[in-house]
Amino acid sequence: MAKKKFIVGNFTDEAVLFPAVKKVRRAGYKLHDVFTPFPVHGLDKEMGLRDTSLHTAGFIYGITGTSTAVGFITWALTIDWAINFGGKPYFSLPAWIPITFELTVLFAAVGMVLTFCWLCQLAPFVKKHHFNPRSTDDTFVMAIECTSATNEEEAVRFLQAAGATDVKVETKETGWWLGDYSNDKMRFA
Amino acid sequence: MSIRSTFTAPKNYNPVALSLIAIGVLSIIGLWVTSGSSTDPQEQARFWASLLQNSVFFLLVVNASMFFVCITTLAWGGWQMSFRRVPEAISAVVPVVGVICAAILLAIVFGDNHSIYHWTDAEHVQHDAVLSHKKGFLNKTFFTVVTILTVLLWSALGWKMRQLSRSIDNEPLATMDERKNYIFKNTVWAALYIVVFSLTVMSSLPWLWLMSIDAHWYSTMYSWYTFASTFVSGVALIALFVVFLKNNGYLEYTNDEHVHDLGKFMFAFSVFWTYLWFSQFMLIWYANIPEETIYFQPRAHGLYKGIFWMMFIINFIAPLLILMRRSAKRNYGTITFMALVIIFGHWLDFYQMVFPAVSPDKVPNIIYDLGVALGFVGLIMYFTGRALAKAPLLARNHPFVKESLIHYT
Repeated sequence: MAKKKFIVGNFTDEAVLFPAVKKVRRAGYKLHDVFTPFPVHGLDKEMGLRDTSLHTAGFIYGITGTSTAVGFITWALTIDWAINFGGKPYFSLPAWIPITFELTVLFAAVGMVLTFCWLCQLAPFVKKHHFNPRSTDDTFVMAIECTSATNEEEAVRFLQAAGATDVKVETKETGWWLGDYSNDKMRFA
Repeated sequence: MSIRSTFTAPKNYNPVALSLIAIGVLSIIGLWVTSGSSTDPQEQARFWASLLQNSVFFLLVVNASMFFVCITTLAWGGWQMSFRRVPEAISAVVPVVGVICAAILLAIVFGDNHSIYHWTDAEHVQHDAVLSHKKGFLNKTFFTVVTILTVLLWSALGWKMRQLSRSIDNEPLATMDERKNYIFKNTVWAALYIVVFSLTVMSSLPWLWLMSIDAHWYSTMYSWYTFASTFVSGVALIALFVVFLKNNGYLEYTNDEHVHDLGKFMFAFSVFWTYLWFSQFMLIWYANIPEETIYFQPRAHGLYKGIFWMMFIINFIAPLLILMRRSAKRNYGTITFMALVIIFGHWLDFYQMVFPAVSPDKVPNIIYDLGVALGFVGLIMYFTGRALAKAPLLARNHPFVKESLIHYT
């Protein structure tokens, strides 16, 4: 795995963080990520992240669940083992709706959780890397990835000027726990 | 176009509203000539049933917007503040439609024709075991008292909520204690309204007004189902007015986020309506007891099956598929289109609640009923426009306004 350099700055105030994100992006630095203790409204837009496709995946899982339920019950109760329930027709859709609904929800929910874990590279017993453990407590942590064009000292000074405290340069090995951005073709400062 | 803070009706707003009312009046006259003046009680019932269906539906729809205001107040919601004057203005129509509706209902109950409400026929009830068993609930006195009390309480409590909202327009609340006090006062009045609302629309009123048309049949889900129907149409009506005002340069602080949330309400309560509709349908279908299935026989299989299934498709399938995407809920065009579809769909829902029992032999000409509906739409337009013009469109001194301005979904 390739080694990468990151410039890590800490913020304690949202009101400082937002303009800093804007400045860093405008200056052309490659923003690796911002780690926050809680979901910050509007930060995704400010960072220029695109909308997630998780709900599209959820829709596909849901449809899969619906057709699995309807398909299987139809096959079982009309072809494989047709039973007469109280004189109702073999194909009696209203009775199957609850099961269909449950299976739709089950497929969508489980599928989306697994997809979410895969997208965020989360799994049991995998230790995620923290640039600063206090990002789970009270600190917003911004990590800028150094490219071949990045002047580290200048970037550190830039981040300090933007309001970050305790700015450090760290070298980390990229792995699937850190996120591999090597396919990124954009040019950064 | 500059942003304006107080609504003044555009040039052709009131003429459109008044001509819609004229269409309504003409339709009522047409109905009277073709059916109402007839000596056949079945034909007379067709006339009154049309008035009953339309007035009850539109009364419950405009009243749903006061429910929206109160439930968000009770939940200490802030996101709706930027357009809260819109549902407030719509709810100002409640006294008008309420009086019309009460007059129609009492005319039906105290008229000589017992084709709509069989239980008003005292002699028939004596020989009818089921109806005489229900006499404690289905009698003229109880019906009258509940109807008048309901309209009065809805109007009075709605007026109180609007008055509270307007009372601080010109005098800001200076201290934190004053603001807390104000929110507390709002909460108390909203809670009172919700209690009245739940004792009426959510539990007993649809049984009296609508379900007693099929007097022998009963369903405990009926009121909730009616409530879901009218609440989703109520939210659709709010969304229509919000989009209309946005397009005319009002509601500066209402943005895509608020419209998105209204879209979510429309989507979610369409699904909720389906859930209740299906729960009522499936239990009856499964048990297959003749005295219960008699309600669905003319609707799902008989003369009315076209209306019944069309109403199911446009009330469930259409919102589910069209409003599912995020971008659809943020698009004014889609929201307007779906709001119109939803209101029409639930109007059809009420149509199939009322008419199969009143006119079992033939489906009445729906054009007349649509005309009457347009009359009520004009009435709502006219009086909502008047109420909107009376106060600034933003309750700028309300303590929760900022929450709405920075609202982000």
